[in-house]
Amino acid sequence: MIGCGRVGSAVALELANAGWEVSAVDEREEALGRLGDDWAGEFYVGHGMDIQLLRMAGIEDADAVVVTTDGDNSNIVIGQMAQKQFDVRLVVVRILDPARAEFFKSRGLNVVCPTQSAIETLTNAVRTFEGALS
Amino acid sequence: MYFLIAGGGKVGSNLARGLIREGHEVTVIEQRPLRFDQLEAEFEHQVHRGDATELFVLERAGIRRPPDVVVATTGDDEDNIVICQLSRDHYGVETTIARVNDPRNQPYFDLLGISPTVSATASIMGLIEHEVPQHGLIHLLELRKENLEIVEITIDKQAACAGKTIGEVVLPEGSRVISVVRNGRAEEPYGAMQLEAGDALLAILEPGKEDELRQILVRG
Repeated sequence: MIGCGRVGSAVALELANAGWEVSAVDEREEALGRLGDDWAGEFYVGHGMDIQLLRMAGIEDADAVVVTTDGDNSNIVIGQMAQKQFDVRLVVVRILDPARAEFFKSRGLNVVCPTQSAIETLTNAVRTFEGALS
Repeated sequence: MYFLIAGGGKVGSNLARGLIREGHEVTVIEQRPLRFDQLEAEFEHQVHRGDATELFVLERAGIRRPPDVVVATTGDDEDNIVICQLSRDHYGVETTIARVNDPRNQPYFDLLGISPTVSATASIMGLIEHEVPQHGLIHLLELRKENLEIVEITIDKQAACAGKTIGEVVLPEGSRVISVVRNGRAEEPYGAMQLEAGDALLAILEPGKEDELRQILVRG
């Protein structure tokens, strides 16, 4: 897990509960607090673009990498590094900006765009309401 | 030519000034409100406000024309990489130039084919190498696309190759002497030419062969 904020920490906990061995990286030491007192996985403090840190956190042996730092562009470049340099089989990248999300999806990156999901959910909610009115 | 400069800090704004002075057409994109106001006072319509990693900002600044050159000079390496990737791969810009702020991020630029890059740290290191050639070998030019580089090596008195002819010196595979500078004059090398202490050789070689070459020409 690269980026261990509200989203990253929750995903890390879910995966750890499901039996994954999880190593988390975040710039802020406080992020460890989000993982709870019982966190049995690893936790590294540092910038997600620091290649040495990523190696220490075990990126070379990782089956999957999830990139959810608070910067779209950091996520984009870290995701491409994990995919192209470290040959991680599954790389999932969060990109908040729908336009960049679409472009990097077309370039072969596995992208999740929460903004786009929200747009669709909200639009559908209104459409459903509209349907119920008529 | 038409230049799009992403990032109007010290580097970007001075670059814009220089290019405008030379008669080029320039658009600068700047995100920080205060900085934008300063730039607008000077560059007027030639500066656009916004985040240059957003597609609509790039488009408003004219990326669809497309510019002849996009220069990414922001203070964030990840932004510079994304700006160059979008320019090149989404908008078909042929030449992108990126500033590297933290040399530790250079592998990201290399991996993603963002080239050429400019790094102040690397430039100063290069100058130091040139002024203090402790290793006997100075990097002059890197031809990334061709995977070649040109270096300068000065032959010292202890070198075993001093006194030998060029034909007698066996260089590592993939390297070759292209010029011999003697008494300030560059001469074309030939097999029977005798090497002397103090000669500066310009050699072209594949990156990674420097040590082998140095072994042969410097230590001998």
